[in-house]
Amino acid sequence: MRKKIMYSFPDEVLEHVFSFIQSDKDRNAVSVVCKSWCEIERWCRRKVFIGNCYAVSPRMVIKRFPEVRSIELKGKPHFADFNLVPDGWGGYVLPWIVEMAGAYPWLEEIRLKRMVVTDESLELIAKSFKNFKVLVLFSCEGFSTDGLAAIAAGCKNLRELDLRESEVDDLSGHWLRHFPETCTSLLSLNISCLGSDEVSVSALERLVGRCPNLKSLRLNRGVTVDKIANILHRAPQLVDFGTGSYSAELRPDVLLNLAGAFSCCKELKSLSGFWDVVPAYLPALYSVCSRLTSLNLSYATIQNPEIIKLVSNCPNLQRLLVLDYIEDSGLEALASSCKDLQELRVFPSDPFGAEPHVSLTEQGLVAVSLGCPKLQSVLYFCRRMTNAALVTIAQNSPNFTRFRLCIIEPKTADYLTLEPLDVGFGAIVEHCKDLRRLSLSGLLTDRVFEYIGTYAKKLEMLSVAFAGDSDLGLHHVLSGCESLRKLEIRDCPFGDKALLANAAKLETMRSLWMSSCTVSFGACKLIGLKMPRLNVEVIDETEPPDSRPESCPVEKLYIYRSVSGPRFDMPPFVWTMDEERKVMH
Amino acid sequence: METERELNLEATELRLGLPGTSDESAKNTTHRSNKRALPEQPVSANMATTSKNCDQETAPHTKAQVVGWPPIRSYRKNSLQPKKSEAEMSGIYVKVSMDGAPYLRKIDLKVFKGYPELIKALEDMFKFKAGEYSEREGYNGSEFVPTYEDKDGDWMLVGDVPWEMFTGCCKKLRIMKGSDARGLGCVV
Repeated sequence: MRKKIMYSFPDEVLEHVFSFIQSDKDRNAVSVVCKSWCEIERWCRRKVFIGNCYAVSPRMVIKRFPEVRSIELKGKPHFADFNLVPDGWGGYVLPWIVEMAGAYPWLEEIRLKRMVVTDESLELIAKSFKNFKVLVLFSCEGFSTDGLAAIAAGCKNLRELDLRESEVDDLSGHWLRHFPETCTSLLSLNISCLGSDEVSVSALERLVGRCPNLKSLRLNRGVTVDKIANILHRAPQLVDFGTGSYSAELRPDVLLNLAGAFSCCKELKSLSGFWDVVPAYLPALYSVCSRLTSLNLSYATIQNPEIIKLVSNCPNLQRLLVLDYIEDSGLEALASSCKDLQELRVFPSDPFGAEPHVSLTEQGLVAVSLGCPKLQSVLYFCRRMTNAALVTIAQNSPNFTRFRLCIIEPKTADYLTLEPLDVGFGAIVEHCKDLRRLSLSGLLTDRVFEYIGTYAKKLEMLSVAFAGDSDLGLHHVLSGCESLRKLEIRDCPFGDKALLANAAKLETMRSLWMSSCTVSFGACKLIGLKMPRLNVEVIDETEPPDSRPESCPVEKLYIYRSVSGPRFDMPPFVWTMDEERKVMH
Repeated sequence: METERELNLEATELRLGLPGTSDESAKNTTHRSNKRALPEQPVSANMATTSKNCDQETAPHTKAQVVGWPPIRSYRKNSLQPKKSEAEMSGIYVKVSMDGAPYLRKIDLKVFKGYPELIKALEDMFKFKAGEYSEREGYNGSEFVPTYEDKDGDWMLVGDVPWEMFTGCCKKLRIMKGSDARGLGCVV
């Protein structure tokens, strides 16, 4: 009998094995092992993540992965959050929905970030996907409550509707009524971005009451605190709750009811909302505090001692978002009470004020880094900083994965030594070996970029503003940061030299954004010409860049890798190489 | 904008052969007239400093606002403003008495946009005529004069202070008989 060497498993076996591999990275790795694995894998890939909707065309995705059930798409560059990307730039989801409507009738999940979503797109989703379950619109815009009504009415098995931070045109508060009485499948509903008049509370109560599996509910600002008790009583199983406006005329019966309702929610771990807080209603939360792992007070204009009281009662807190009213003293209290803290975000209450009116300084962050050994992720707005503080923070918190510091006044030096903050940020990248995301601020020279290029080997995303002296800075980053995927720069003296010398690097990244820098139109054209797998987009709202000499700097520049060539939906103020790579138009 | 310090790059020849030099001076504002706020153009809409910090001794610089800085999303900036409808929810109800009338009335100051509307409403409610208001002489040619009690407990003539200030400090209204009110017209 001849021994038969098995060269491969049957396809079904491999497919079964691959079904245990969920992460995109691993799936991608599997698909390059050999041709047959690639083939098997592509037929059983159910989930696709596309970090830049222009990096690939819908047709290409559908062709390669014919059986997708879940898709995630991101559109505009991150700086669109701060109004740096003009309206009409792009990021339209409709072409994707149109193609998928035909190709993926069993699509269940659509997650979009920074995309333009129209009512037409929402109506098409509701019509086309019979088993549609999850719609997440993160920082999207372009749709109204009419589109939401279509989703509510059309998606019989809807589990998740999450509109976080999107901009919605409110046309009618009655869209919620379009959820049929038979809809009992909701797990998660986030309507916190809707305005004041867009939701009918009675319809909401009925909907909540008939969805026994509802775990996450985030209300909008129009729902006042006196309405919450009725809602909570209908959903004591909630794990995550976002209040609406935490205010109403102060009445003891309302307060009692509210406290009672909160105490019934034994699974509640996460709270958010808290617009317009009437502090007298805060004690209603105390019964929940001991279980809280996540607390978002970043809209709550409360001060100390209320903040301290609340935070000190939450020993299991892992995530805190708060305004700078917490001040250094509050952060010290946080550091001593919340030893499990992993993520802290402190937002400015008065971002445009010339003078600080709260006592929140570098000391607060130092205290938290000292007291909270698990701290991994920080977003901190403040008005002063020192290298010494940053060094201390870096030494205390080697586990940082995300560090974003925003010193409100651009180019602010170390206030004690008046030196640039290069050494401080250098310490951060040196000590935090797992740092994936970094945002810089303050007075910074090319030196800080040298540190970043040398040490930040795992850095994936870097945000830079009003920093650096010359192209050398940019060169350090592009040549040194091996894991860099996204680089966004504004108002820095970085120009052609570094970009041209590192053009190949750009193909290894998702995207590069540069605005108010000194990159010339000529350099943009050159990169566009030489690098066919990069889309080079020049954005200029004032006049065509070719009406000026080539050496003139462009207003804004967005370069991203793409396998589908230039896009066809560009507005008049965006220029890119045409198909033949000859001309920018 | 920024000053650029020259650094020596001879050791690192960074070129893909692009001819020409980058023209730094051209980057400034010659062709940016249509743009949104730039650092060079001070933008007046700095509500925080003008309205909140009136008690500061040194007036802060009118800060020129740079687009997109500090990096905060617009919905966050908007949420720091008080909700409009919240202010609308609670009216400002004050008692109104008229000398000689058997009982008091109550009105909501929030529903009026200014003094003319308020006076007209009072006139209708109590069937009187207030006469012409002037800063120098108060209400001229009338038997009755509208007055109010302010936060300090003083009786003031209605109409002297800006409307917003009035609605903020008015605790009670009293329509005084002309003879009693004469002294009020000559304040300051």
